[in-house]
Amino acid sequence: MMLNILIDDKKIEAEEGKNLLQACLDNGIYIPNLCHVKDMAHPQASCRLCFVEIEGEKKPVPSCSVTVREGMRVKTDTPSVRRLQRSAFHLLLSRHFIECKVCPANRKCELQKIAKFLKVGLKSNYPLLLPKAVLETGKQETDESHPIFNYYPNRCVLCGLCIHVCRTTHGIALLTFAKRGIDTVISFYGEEDVSRLPGDKCLACVNICPVSAITLKSLS
Amino acid sequence: MTETLHQCWTAIREEAKARRNAFKEAAVPKIHIGMATCGIASGAMETKKAFEDALAEQNIEARIHTVGCAGHCYAEPVVVIDHPASGFPPIFYHQVTAGKAKMLTNLFLKEGDPRFEHVYGATEINELIPSVMEFPRFNQEKRIIMEKCGRIDPEDIHEYIAEGGYETLVKVLELPPEQVIAEIEKSGLRGRGGAGFPTGRKWALARRAHGENKIVICNADEGDPGAYMDRTILESNPHQILEGLMICAYTVGARKALIYVRAEYPLAVKLVTKAIEQAKELKLAGGNILGTGFDLDISVFQGSGAFVCGEETALIQSIEGQRGMPLHRPPYPVEKGLGGEPTVINNVKTLASVPPILEHGADWYRSIGTENSPGTAIFSVVGDVLHAGLVEIPMGVSLRTLIFDICGGVPNKKKFKAVQIGGPSGGCLPEHFLDTPIDFDSLTAAGAMMGSGGMVVMNEDACVVNVSRFFLDFTQKESCGKCTFCRIGTCHLLGILDRLTKGEGREGDIESLESLSEDIKDGSLCGLGKTAPNPVLTSIRYFRDEYEAHIREKKCPGKMCRPLTAFYIDLDKCARGCDACVGCCPVDAVFTTRNRKKGIDQALCVKCGECMVACPPQYDAVRKVSPPELAPVIERPATKESHP
Repeated sequence: MMLNILIDDKKIEAEEGKNLLQACLDNGIYIPNLCHVKDMAHPQASCRLCFVEIEGEKKPVPSCSVTVREGMRVKTDTPSVRRLQRSAFHLLLSRHFIECKVCPANRKCELQKIAKFLKVGLKSNYPLLLPKAVLETGKQETDESHPIFNYYPNRCVLCGLCIHVCRTTHGIALLTFAKRGIDTVISFYGEEDVSRLPGDKCLACVNICPVSAITLKSLS
Repeated sequence: MTETLHQCWTAIREEAKARRNAFKEAAVPKIHIGMATCGIASGAMETKKAFEDALAEQNIEARIHTVGCAGHCYAEPVVVIDHPASGFPPIFYHQVTAGKAKMLTNLFLKEGDPRFEHVYGATEINELIPSVMEFPRFNQEKRIIMEKCGRIDPEDIHEYIAEGGYETLVKVLELPPEQVIAEIEKSGLRGRGGAGFPTGRKWALARRAHGENKIVICNADEGDPGAYMDRTILESNPHQILEGLMICAYTVGARKALIYVRAEYPLAVKLVTKAIEQAKELKLAGGNILGTGFDLDISVFQGSGAFVCGEETALIQSIEGQRGMPLHRPPYPVEKGLGGEPTVINNVKTLASVPPILEHGADWYRSIGTENSPGTAIFSVVGDVLHAGLVEIPMGVSLRTLIFDICGGVPNKKKFKAVQIGGPSGGCLPEHFLDTPIDFDSLTAAGAMMGSGGMVVMNEDACVVNVSRFFLDFTQKESCGKCTFCRIGTCHLLGILDRLTKGEGREGDIESLESLSEDIKDGSLCGLGKTAPNPVLTSIRYFRDEYEAHIREKKCPGKMCRPLTAFYIDLDKCARGCDACVGCCPVDAVFTTRNRKKGIDQALCVKCGECMVACPPQYDAVRKVSPPELAPVIERPATKESHP
């Protein structure tokens, strides 16, 4: 059944059971997001960018975790929505090593897209939280433990899409979150036997990464 | 069915009572030793060994009865000696070291002299010795959850049964579940894990939820720094929790129950596992409980100690073998929890409240506490109070009564400054909130929160900025790293607080702290992130001047932040020729002046404060000041012996 919802005075139709963020994206209404993919069973709701205001609710809510309801009235561009989005974005940037010119994600990078949309630059309002060695040498860290891929923790926004896509492709995730707090990274399960890995036949994690934090070794 | 139930139960109960009576009526003296983790940490093992040795040596017959903790941490190791032949009532002794144990065996048990100078009080009202019940620490408490804690042996199910335990379960097994839920709803019991969600409503939702394999979980993943209520209850009376858990399972229609305890609580894990085994042996758990056809499989799950796993969705993830990261709610676990099945997760104290409520009725429970927060609350009151430990009080008692009357107030003639309630998620309340009643709503209105029961009292020497920094350091380290605000935001908060405590604060820092805190509060995914800025926000709200002093004057009013303080020696008070402070300085910063008094070399001083402790009280010459510039410069004379 199709439901009618109102987004910023624009009437759209959305299928029952669909999540609000997807409904907006399907109708050409962009809401910044990093950790969302279509048809995810349970939204991760971890990037905290897709906030919207829904009539009847006191505070902005992440639209990826809301199921559409008939007659729902949604605002995507209120001051409190933008405040949270910009704040989250600046926080992500304070942990992101900016090197756009030489970055493989340049021009297709989600962070660049969001910065443009939120009308903010790529310089964080917060002091950079990168490891000392990175700030001193101006060179980012590389995790080369995987036989085929390189992982760049100072680029990574920890959206978790690589883990999600790996799990859906192979039934089991060959990478995982490791450590905690500010030190959280994506990790491959140590030195794996290359013959047991799909190798360069599967590039799902490389292709889905919004910021090119995982790349093929042979290309870097 | 009813007949077999009653037959089974009567047999069990009579057996338990017979055992208790045999123990009570035995003519020999009984020595009750508190052997929970707190007691053991204070040396209860050695005390017990000393009693055993001394008894054997003197050839005295006595029973040593190991019990749990009664909450009197300031007095550990606690021993109660019941020596009927001496003519004295049972006597409560505090801080019973091995030496004291030997002395009491020789003089009290053998010769009948209770050694009045060591007596804390009698445990019952009598004419010979003042009773502990005359002290506010004892008589102003209201014990519902901890009623049996410290009185029974947690390793013996019969002792719990003899005290009326499992009676409520038996009663409940004959009632329709709806009636039980209605009673709990009527009692107004609210979840004691911190959020205060109505327990009856949670159970009703779970009962209505569709699912073949409903599960109930006891959340004992206690992790607030300085809080140990759940551990103590698990170690002192695990059966009351099991009984509550079984009642919960019966009413919501679950066949499986789990107790999620952190592995850092080895004694609690051991005791609760043993309690489950004993309950199974008596057919109080497992298949076909007491012949009623109700099956319940209870097991223990050991968590690995991540603070965030106390959050219910992260707890479920952790049981499922996933990384302990919270999920977005809804769906709530009562609809879709462990393995996709409806799951009820209740805190230890919530479940332990259930048997007494159903035993005495909802009206009785409502008569205790306040209108919106009925019942009692347990706090572990720690920090600068005289009688630290676990306190169970009716809701609605004021903070002043709790801190000053029951816990004896701030020791060493220091002034009260603030109290941090609710641990890293709670808030820091100043003196003018002391008359706030303790209940869910009043504490939330004040900016703190009930939390699960951590309470840290601070005296005038505490620095609220440093305390906030401590809590932020904790939450930042315990963040699971999933959502942006909690992972990165708390780290920036900590960075600013770090700078403030080092004297590197800048104008605008307070405003940055406030705005980032608000963003983290509104933007985070789970309760950990949403509440993480509370210590910062409340301390800025109530102690803004201290933050400003750190920034503008580089001054720490509590003289706690080391980079902002200095020690110096008051030459008018310093005694010529005294060397007390010289020997204790770990960095040789103390030197002798020309007139044989002492001075401190500020360049070498690490501000440990040892000299202040060492200075004899009749001189009291060492001063601590903030900002450090206030310390007068005392020149070190250039001699050959001076520091290289």
